[in-house]
Order: sequence, then structure tokens, then C-alpha cells
Amino acid sequence: MNQGSRRWRGIAALAGAGLLAVVACTPAAETGGTEVSVIGTWGGSEQESFLAMVAPWEESTGNKVKYTGTRDINAVLTTGVASGILPDLAGLPGPGQMVAWAQAGALKPLDEVLDLETYRADTSAAFVDLGTVDGNVVGVFIKSALKGLIWYNPNVFSGSAPTTWDAVMGTDSGSAESLWCVGLESGAASGWPGTDWIEDFVLRQSGPDVYDAWVNGTHAWSSPEIKSAFEAFGEVLDASFGGADTVVSTNFGTAGNPLFTDSPGCLFHHQASFITDFFKEQGGAVDGEFDFFPMPDINPAYAGAFTGAGDLFGMFNDTPAARDLLKYLVTAEAQQIWVSRGGALSGNTKVTEYPDEVSARSAAALGSAKIFRFDGGDLMPTALQSAFFKAMVDFAQDQSALDSILAELDAASESARAG
Amino acid sequence: MDQRLITAAIVVFGVPAVLVGYIWLTERILRIMPEQRQGRIRPWIWIAPALLFLVVFLVYPTLNTLVLSFQDRAGTAFVGLANYEYFFTSSSTLISLRNSVLWVIFMTVGVVGLGLIIAILVDRVRYEPIAKSVIFVPLAISFVAASIIWTFMYQFRAPGTTQTGTLNAVLELVGVAPSAFIQTAPLNNFFLIIVGIWMWTGFAMVILSAGLKGISTELLEAARVDGANEWQVFRGIIFPLLLPTVFVVGTTIVITALKSFDIVYTMTSGNFETDVIAHRMYQEMFINGHFGRASAVAIVLLVAIIPFMVLNIKRFREQEAIR
Repeated sequence: MNQGSRRWRGIAALAGAGLLAVVACTPAAETGGTEVSVIGTWGGSEQESFLAMVAPWEESTGNKVKYTGTRDINAVLTTGVASGILPDLAGLPGPGQMVAWAQAGALKPLDEVLDLETYRADTSAAFVDLGTVDGNVVGVFIKSALKGLIWYNPNVFSGSAPTTWDAVMGTDSGSAESLWCVGLESGAASGWPGTDWIEDFVLRQSGPDVYDAWVNGTHAWSSPEIKSAFEAFGEVLDASFGGADTVVSTNFGTAGNPLFTDSPGCLFHHQASFITDFFKEQGGAVDGEFDFFPMPDINPAYAGAFTGAGDLFGMFNDTPAARDLLKYLVTAEAQQIWVSRGGALSGNTKVTEYPDEVSARSAAALGSAKIFRFDGGDLMPTALQSAFFKAMVDFAQDQSALDSILAELDAASESARAG
Repeated sequence: MDQRLITAAIVVFGVPAVLVGYIWLTERILRIMPEQRQGRIRPWIWIAPALLFLVVFLVYPTLNTLVLSFQDRAGTAFVGLANYEYFFTSSSTLISLRNSVLWVIFMTVGVVGLGLIIAILVDRVRYEPIAKSVIFVPLAISFVAASIIWTFMYQFRAPGTTQTGTLNAVLELVGVAPSAFIQTAPLNNFFLIIVGIWMWTGFAMVILSAGLKGISTELLEAARVDGANEWQVFRGIIFPLLLPTVFVVGTTIVITALKSFDIVYTMTSGNFETDVIAHRMYQEMFINGHFGRASAVAIVLLVAIIPFMVLNIKRFREQEAIR
């Protein structure tokens, strides 16, 4: 027994020494390259596009980009800001939350990171302003998108683009089963495609001043203007493929697929310009099978109004590698990479090559919009935006609960802006 | 020298050294005291480091949460009972309360009942180990993985299109219209609870099976010889003898049901009236960033669990006393 226990002790000592040796001998992190951590909402093909965008930078500097994608970015960054554990760069939920974080000191000013003169000269004024807080540039747009586009399959719908909203709603669906395809599912952000609809209606029905006041919280959700936007969306839902159950359970990326099936499920799909990537990857469509016309005006007083959005990036940790990466991401060369892959537009005016006619047309529309407004939900505080998302899912399931839904949004707006 | 080598050395040698040094020091101090006192104080001194950990990482956060629950969004000003008032009057949180009650009742009954039945049935079969392993496997999967598996099972596509969800595909096969299981309130709660039951039945089954094997076979044989049928044997002998085990398993499952967050978060994100208290807490804390309300929800959850913990510990003590 004694000999046995001594043997075991010897083995244990040897194992401990071996462990130390292994730890000592494992090579350290690759020298000559730092890691830049990036968090964004992109997954799947969008993620591949982003990685393709940073690949040239990685090659030339020898650094590595460590990208993590999550749809729950609101929660991840809110926790991060509270705990101090943050990625170097991150896609921000929107200009609304960006202001709060910049004022709290979490987001670092980029005035010394970017070549400000070139940046201001190359980027459209609207995008520069949206990323500026108290005179400092805090956020930059990696890519942008035009919203409020109505997509259709030219093989199914061969008529001319309707010029009024009533004409759109009155279009005969022909061989398609329903007029519209809508899909609201998106993990923790489920409901966001519905918010795009509401913003488009508010802008076109009630104009940019009401839109701005509504986004700022000074115009109530339960007001008749916002209510009529919801009611208009309700009419769309009534004419949607598959009914309420399908609408709330279909992912936004595959919602447009029925446009391309042999017996088409729907005639029109309302979505931003980035959906072309999804049409091709998820819907199996090829160039020429999809085209768009912009959502028509509703009130002629507010003609030529467009909503758009962009992927806003900010810097949380001021490191040399992160600075370098951010500087690279705003250049026309970098942004051209994603634009050429399809499914993205750029706020950088030097980006001029588009992979197909559809992208070129949407870029032209973005550049020439008479009234341009940034996506409303992104301008709201995250707590309110999340409530907005959820409200769309609730509304899609039960339109009769509209009044209570709007009252709850008013309460959420108040609570989100208090303190 | 490599930083990690230093860290490894510190951990491998330093931690035991600190512990041994602590014991040695306290023994020197104890030697000063009278004999009888030594025996009584020593246990407390030896537990002291662990107690310190508990206080810092358990007691202090609990008290801090309690204080935060009476404060506002950022934790700066006191607002009295406003957060609790919000919790018990807001319609969305009331729904989460209702759902948590549903989870507690149905998941516990489901898991314990199913676990008991399977334990008894499997007891008589030759392939018992295989059957038990199969039932136990879901417990080894993470909650999120199980939720994703069942999301695919329940998946719904528009009627008329190809169904990608297993259950809907089966329904279509027999000619019934597909159903949006997860999206249709209030039954969707039960479909989510089924996921929880699927995961935890193995746990109940294993423990109850062990308890079952502890019942002396002579007792059962004597009953059968006396003419009792299987149901009477179960009701009169097996169940009463298993009751303490059932109780312990039951309280554990109740606590698990109250804690269940992953299933709701992954499958519905709290939409479609499936929200539960634990998910509410996550929502308030990390998405709304409202410290006060999140803490209030946490305290409510704590208060709801305390009776079950107390019962569990009492029962455990009674069992230990019998031993």
C-alpha cells in the first residue's frame, strides 16, 4: 500500500510538472499582428461580404479582424457599455443610441482617426451629420441602404410601376396568390421589417416634420397620424401571403422567396436595397428576375420622400490597429468591395461601380431624393426601438389591439427617454 | 519569462501555499485559547474563506439587487415601490407572471409524472440501460441547442407550401392544415413547456429509478402474492416509499422551471405572449437598460423560489436524519 501511494504521488508530481512544461512551451500569439475585435449584426452572406471587405487591410497590415455577428446587438452593446467590456469596433444600433454612448464617453471621437477633410469631401453631408455628436465625428457609415423600395418579379408583373399608393394596393395580383409578401421574424429583433413600413407611411402620409417630431418623442404614438400609418400597414397585412401566422414566422431574408416560385405566392415585396443579396442567395433568383420601383407618394405635398439607413460603426477602444481599420473602412476602395458584391450602397460619393442595373438605380435614387430621412427606429433609443419591433409582431397577430399597442409605445417612449 | 508560465506557477504552487499557510497561522492563534474553545471555533475559522466568497459573490449582490429594486433606471435616485408597481400592473409583465406559473405547474407535473412512469416501466425490461440512456441524452444538450432542435420541429410555412417543420410535415401527411405552433397564443406556452419536459425527464427518471431500486423486492413480492394488482402495488407501496424522492425531484424541477430563460429567448424572444419572468429580467436589464425594474423582477423571482428552497432543504435534512 505504502509503495503504491508513493508511486501515485510520484505520478501526480510528474503530471504537474508536465502541465507546467506544456503551458510554457505553447507558442505565444503570432508575432507581427494585433487582433481587432469587431461586433456587427451581419451573418451568412453579409458576414462574408464584410470579411471580404477587410481582407485587403488584413493582408497589407498583417493584423487580424476577429468578427462576431449577433442579431441581439442592442443587448450586447448595452451590457458592454455598462460593464466596460467592449469590442474595439462595433456596428451601432443607430444614430439615436450613438448619441447617448458618445456623451457617456464610451464611444471615442474620430476627429483624429480620420482624415476629416477627405472624409467630409467624399461623404454625403447627410451621413456625416448623422455620425456627428456635439461637433465631433463619432460614427461612420460602412454601407448604406435605400428603404421603401417595392420589389417585384418582372416575369410575373409586367405592368408599369404604379404612381400612387392606391394604385399599388389596387393592383390585381394576377397569377400570384396574394399581393404582398411580408416576413417579420429576425431573432431578438423580430418585427423590424414592419417598422420600416410604418416609417415609410408616416413620412409619406404626414411629412418630414411629423416624422422628425415622432422620432424625437414629441409627437405621440397614439396620435391620428401614426395611427393611420399602422392602419395602412394593416391593409397590407390583410393582403399578405399566408396570413398573419406566416408573416410573423417567416424570416426577413426568405420573405421574398415566394416572388420567384413557379406559382408565385405574391406580387410585391417591400424591403430595402440590400435584399438583392438575399434574393440571390436564399431565393435562388438570378439577375433579371427582380426589379423595383420606389414606394409611391401618398400625400403629394411630401413628394419624393425616401427613407434610408446605413450600417453605423463606432470605436469603443482607441487602439492603433482599430484606428487604422476604421480609417480603411471609410475609404472608397473598401466600400467599393461590398458594393461590387451586391446588396450594398455607399455614402461615399467616390464609389461609382455597381454590379448591376438595379443597384445603380437605387444608388441614383438615394442620391437624388428630395426629402431624405434616416430610418426612424435606428434614431430612437434602443429600449424604445425594441418595443417598436415587438409592437409590430403584436400588431401583425392582432390588429384590433392597435390602441393598446400604441398606448404601450407611448409609455415605452416616456420611460426610455427618462433618466 | 513568459507571462503565462508565471501565472501557472502562481496558481499551481501559490494557491495550496496560501491555504496551508492560512491553516498554519490559525492553528498558532488557536493554540493560545483554552482547549474547549478551540474545538468550537476551529470549524468556523476553516470555513471562513468559503464564507467570505459566499458573502462577496452571493449575499452582497443579493442585497445590492434589493436596494437597486427601489431605485430608478440608472440606480441613482430612490423611487420607492414604483418598480414593483410597474411589475404587477403592466400587462406585459402580468403575462410573463402567468406564463411562469404555467411553466411551474406543467413542467413539474410533466417531468415528474413522465419520469416516474418511465422509471417504473423501464424497471421491468431487459434493455433497461439502453432505454435509460436514450431518455437521459437530452439532458446533456444545452438549452439553446434543444430550443433550436425544437424550433425546427415546430417550424411553420404558409399552407400550401412545402412544410419544413417535422410536426407540420406529419400533419400535412395526414391531411390536416399546418399549424403555427410557436406563434399561436396561449397554446404555444405548452409547446415550449414540452421542450423543457423533453430535456429534464431523464433527470427525474434516473433519480426515481434509483429510488425505485431501493424498495425491497420482498415487500413487492409479498404484496403480489397477497393478490394485489400492479396498480394497487404502485399506489400502496411504491408511491408512498418514493414520495421523499419525488418531492426532492419536484422541488428541483420547480426551481428549474422558474429559471427557464433559454427556451423562451431562443424560440420566441418573448413574443407571442410566451414571456417568462427570467426573460423579462433579461429584457429589462440588457435591452431596456433599466436597472431598477430588472432588480425588482429579480427580487420577485427570488421571493418566489425561496419557499421551494426551504422545503427542499427541510426534506433533505429529514432524509439525512433518517440515515
